[in-house]
Amino acid sequence: MSVKVVLPNAFQKHTNGTREIHSAAQNLPQLITEIETSFPALKPHLRDNDGKVRRFINFYVNEEDIRFLGNDEYAFKDGDEVLVIPSIAGGC
Amino acid sequence: MASFYELCCRECGKRFPNQPLSACDECFSSLEVAYDLAAAKQTFTREAIARGPQSMWRYQALLPVPDDYVPTTPSGMTPLMAAPRLAKRIGATNLYLKNDAVCLPTLSFKDRVVSVALAAAKNFGFDTVGCSSTGNLANAVAAHAARLGLKTYILVPTDLEPAKILNTRVYGANLVRIEGNYDQVNRLCSQIAERYEWGFVNVNLRPYYAEGSKTVGYEIAEQLGWRLPDNVVVPMAGGALISKIRKAFGELIELGLVENKPVRFFGAQATGCSPIAHAVKNGLSHHEPQRPNTIARSLAIGNPADGPYAIRAINESGGWAEDVSDVEIVSAIQELAETEGVFTETAGGVTTAVTARLYAHGRIAPGDLTVMAITGNGLKTLDVLQGCYEPQQAIRPRLADFEAMVEKDAEHDREEAYVR
Repeated sequence: MSVKVVLPNAFQKHTNGTREIHSAAQNLPQLITEIETSFPALKPHLRDNDGKVRRFINFYVNEEDIRFLGNDEYAFKDGDEVLVIPSIAGGC
Repeated sequence: MASFYELCCRECGKRFPNQPLSACDECFSSLEVAYDLAAAKQTFTREAIARGPQSMWRYQALLPVPDDYVPTTPSGMTPLMAAPRLAKRIGATNLYLKNDAVCLPTLSFKDRVVSVALAAAKNFGFDTVGCSSTGNLANAVAAHAARLGLKTYILVPTDLEPAKILNTRVYGANLVRIEGNYDQVNRLCSQIAERYEWGFVNVNLRPYYAEGSKTVGYEIAEQLGWRLPDNVVVPMAGGALISKIRKAFGELIELGLVENKPVRFFGAQATGCSPIAHAVKNGLSHHEPQRPNTIARSLAIGNPADGPYAIRAINESGGWAEDVSDVEIVSAIQELAETEGVFTETAGGVTTAVTARLYAHGRIAPGDLTVMAITGNGLKTLDVLQGCYEPQQAIRPRLADFEAMVEKDAEHDREEAYVR
């Protein structure tokens, strides 16, 4: 099983320019751990002082906010595309 | 002339030189523009402002544009109107409305933010600009871009009101309809902004764009005779307007243009999309995203970018947030038009209905000086009034017919009075 993960420009400074990875993670907590293991420089930036993943970072699975799919409980499916967006922008 | 300004992370405080960028690369939070207020003290004075144009550009010294920027549209400086007849109906005695239903050139407060965003776009050398929008922003980007000769890509959800689509396309804009709600359109825009070298006003130009909202606050203070109100009631979509009015008041206090006094900030949302109001009512510091379902499409952002900052502005100021149903929104549009002669769109209906409720629940005292922000024009959302008025029977072009009609009306009034 493999999911494609698209990382934002804001991460690239900490990922040596890597924009995309493929992961065998089963769910979001596993994926975050894997990203942190692959890119140790990113780890201190992903989490706040309490060790929690920063609230401003948004995760989407196939165009849907992962929070609508069950968040940490959502089980990734083969071929899922995960998109990471720091600090969603917008204003109508 | 514009004082020194640069980008600053709203969470960790990291500074960045001016560039098209919306997120901090250290903590991934959003950025905003920070000014050297000590330097602005020399240029941002009541006298200098009074000598400026009758538009939002009279506050250019605290807007993030180059010193030599010459604005091309006279946005802002909309009327601040006393609203005594509406006030009487809802139990208020000192109520004002800030009427951005007549903001130029596209009749919503979005003309303010786009004015600043496209000034930044020109400064950064973009030849193409875009946005994700539920209508008002689309209209404003299309019009301002036409005037500046910029190409556009404007992304909107498929269910947008016909008037807002026409009001975008008429300017020759590239309108792209997306099968999805605003949050999905917005997410796609974030991806596009990373892929193409374009200026997206509410993505990579967002820190600059958002500063335009401050001018609502500056104008309220100046139009009240350089003093602050007791309360403001502000509609919330992305949550930037309420935070930026607060920032504007803070800057005026710091620069000594107004006396320091507490102002309470009240936020208004439609129940069908109320992530910020829900958070305030439940004591949460961060909102939970929602799937929007409301006629107030211009407020239908389920994951508001400035949600946490709007919540903070409301809580720290001792304000509150409320949400109202679609039925209440339509009634409030009619009530504002009938009492004050101001025809607003659904977002203004939300603000009016929420204001009435805040008085009814005793959250605002009757005598408080309260300003409600009316942010858009009713001509853009005519569809919500479909079916509200019976088709009228035509009469023949005869005086006798007219007299009979007037007599019938008078009879009806007498019957109504008797029933009451």
